[in-house]
Amino acid sequence: MPNSTPDPGIGRDEWVAREATLRDEATSTVRFWQRLPLTARFGGAVALTALLPVVVSSDYIVRVGVNTLIYALLALGLNLVVGWAGLLDLGYVAFFGFGGYAYALLSSNQFHLHWPTVASVPLIVVASALLGILIGLPSRRLLGDYLAILTLFFAQAFVTLVANANRISPPGHEGAVNFTGGPNGIAGIDNVHLGRFAVHTVRGYFYLTLVVVVIVIAGLYSLNKSRTGRAWRSLREDPLAAQLMGMPVNWLKLMAFAFGAAIAGLTGTIFVALQVGVFPANFDISLLITIYAMVILGGAGSMTGVVLGAVTINVVLEILRTPDPARWVFYGLVIAALVTWLRPYLRLVLVLGGTVAFGLLAHFLATQFAPAATRGAPLGGGAIGRLTDHWVILLTHPTTVGNIAYGCLLLAVGFLTQIKGAWRSVLIVPTLYLAAFVWENRLVANPSVARLIIVGALLVALMNARPQGILGTSRIEIA
Amino acid sequence: MAPLLEFREVTKRFGGLTCIDGLDLHVNEGEIVSVIGPNGAGKTTLFNLVTGIYRPDAGDIRFAGDSLVGLEPHQITARGIARTFQTLRLFLNMTVKENVMAAAWSHTHAGILRSIVRTPGMRREEREIEKLAEACLSFFGERLAGYRWDQPAYSLSYANRRRLEIARATATKPRLLLLDEPAAGMNPVETHELTGLIARLRTEGGFTILVIEHDMHVVEGISDRVVALDHGVKISEGTFDDVATDPRVVEAYLGTSATARK
Repeated sequence: MPNSTPDPGIGRDEWVAREATLRDEATSTVRFWQRLPLTARFGGAVALTALLPVVVSSDYIVRVGVNTLIYALLALGLNLVVGWAGLLDLGYVAFFGFGGYAYALLSSNQFHLHWPTVASVPLIVVASALLGILIGLPSRRLLGDYLAILTLFFAQAFVTLVANANRISPPGHEGAVNFTGGPNGIAGIDNVHLGRFAVHTVRGYFYLTLVVVVIVIAGLYSLNKSRTGRAWRSLREDPLAAQLMGMPVNWLKLMAFAFGAAIAGLTGTIFVALQVGVFPANFDISLLITIYAMVILGGAGSMTGVVLGAVTINVVLEILRTPDPARWVFYGLVIAALVTWLRPYLRLVLVLGGTVAFGLLAHFLATQFAPAATRGAPLGGGAIGRLTDHWVILLTHPTTVGNIAYGCLLLAVGFLTQIKGAWRSVLIVPTLYLAAFVWENRLVANPSVARLIIVGALLVALMNARPQGILGTSRIEIA
Repeated sequence: MAPLLEFREVTKRFGGLTCIDGLDLHVNEGEIVSVIGPNGAGKTTLFNLVTGIYRPDAGDIRFAGDSLVGLEPHQITARGIARTFQTLRLFLNMTVKENVMAAAWSHTHAGILRSIVRTPGMRREEREIEKLAEACLSFFGERLAGYRWDQPAYSLSYANRRRLEIARATATKPRLLLLDEPAAGMNPVETHELTGLIARLRTEGGFTILVIEHDMHVVEGISDRVVALDHGVKISEGTFDDVATDPRVVEAYLGTSATARK
């Protein structure tokens, strides 16, 4: 459009103009993807996912794939409750646990029941939905923080119940009955078996879960584009206005709880059958936080978003378990962050070059003046490990100094966010080196802690850059 | 013929404060009635009583012959009363069209399971809802024209948000439309346009309209009858000219000295 026409004209208000700019800025790959019909995009994504067990020989990777699909199912169910209906439900994992324990009780030697899957799973899904309604009933007049606290209580009550339901004395019965196995859980659970077909390999579970994911996504997609989906979103936006436009908000809340719970319960059965056992610790608060992180990172309300969130978080958490791949993630993320944020490019080059030079100098000085204290070797080796061997100072006894350095790193990062201008570019160099030092000396050896720190840092950075999540649409809360 | 909406001796108190005090009011089918009164006179409380947000402490509210007292707000909407809000309450993060489509709830039927499998009946109903929404939006012509339908509601200007609220209310297929200060925040041109629009809502839409309005040009332009409230009591009722010159109304707006000086 020529610049001589300042008047945007009819149909060219701010919003339309912004949308047009975004369309023009989209790269050709993105545009090609967007032009494909939805079914083609979905089919393509499913086909690519289905190829994973074919191209990968390691059962471990396929197992990670199944776990990711299970997380995706959980995130999709939670997205219905939180992203669409806007109900901050912190009791969500209890339904996952309920489905899991119900399947365990119906398909193990706990009560010597071995129901066929075609009978037990539909029953469990319906029972989970009913439990969702039951928990929704006392909470249906609550919203926001109040609902969150009440449902959190249910989640905790569930874990406490199953951890202690191993010595219950029902009236009219001699002695205590072991229902859930207490903290030891229930083991030896049957595989999923459909008629004569039994699923007993990880690859089998991968395809089973993928089929369930496809069905759930298709169902949810239709539901979202129906009057119920619109009513749920209206409820999220303004419950009073929704009710005054004729929508029965209490019933809609109960239905959101019920359908979210049904998806969680269904996922629980798959999870437990795959794990061949079920334990109270499977359903603790950390799982709840992980699912919420997936939904929020991916963008609450967007189905593709929450699935991407589940994939991102689970895969990153998995990669960070072993030192060498974890190094790739760590250095990759640091460099990606620098490339994204450091402008102009000269500054980026100066900072990266400065960091390398700083490291080489520090390493040289350390080996000259304190050779005895700097005799550590890179843990796990690997390409990057060998590469950094002559750059990062590796301490002979890293624990104490490493811990102090970690504290210093936190202070340095906090300080960096507060200063501006040239000093920031200068101070970022020692901070980067300090981060690498802490990583190599302390964090690589403790993957269980390191992965949480890295994922936490990733969440902080991403949510600052895109508060609405990867694919979420930015929301106006009050306008 | 019995009036479409009727207040019989309705009283509403909040603690010690009596907001509506023994109010009698009626709206006949096909009428446009304006409610005026100074701030705090109880006008919005009146709307909240009709729509079921509040329950009257005494008296009865009847719509088309049946009592509305004790019904939930969504049940009242299903009987044929829809409203707009003085403080706009749109579904801001939904598209313009979805806002209107959502309001078709009470006269549509597809259940959740039918929606999941997309039965032919459900898809037919969806098409009808969409057509209805487009018709409701097209009522506003250029202002809510086609290209805006897929924008989020928060992208609309203030005046357009007011129009969208009216469009959304009409999608519930009401018999009685309650408009709470529809001209608030509009410029003179838009206000003038609105006057014509409210008249068209009656002639083309077939709605009976009860409207709260502060802009006296609008009130003059649209009303068959005007009701003036002050401190929850009806102080005057009649044609615009009768009410506007009623000393009690002038006093309520301007104080006693204004009438004394006359």
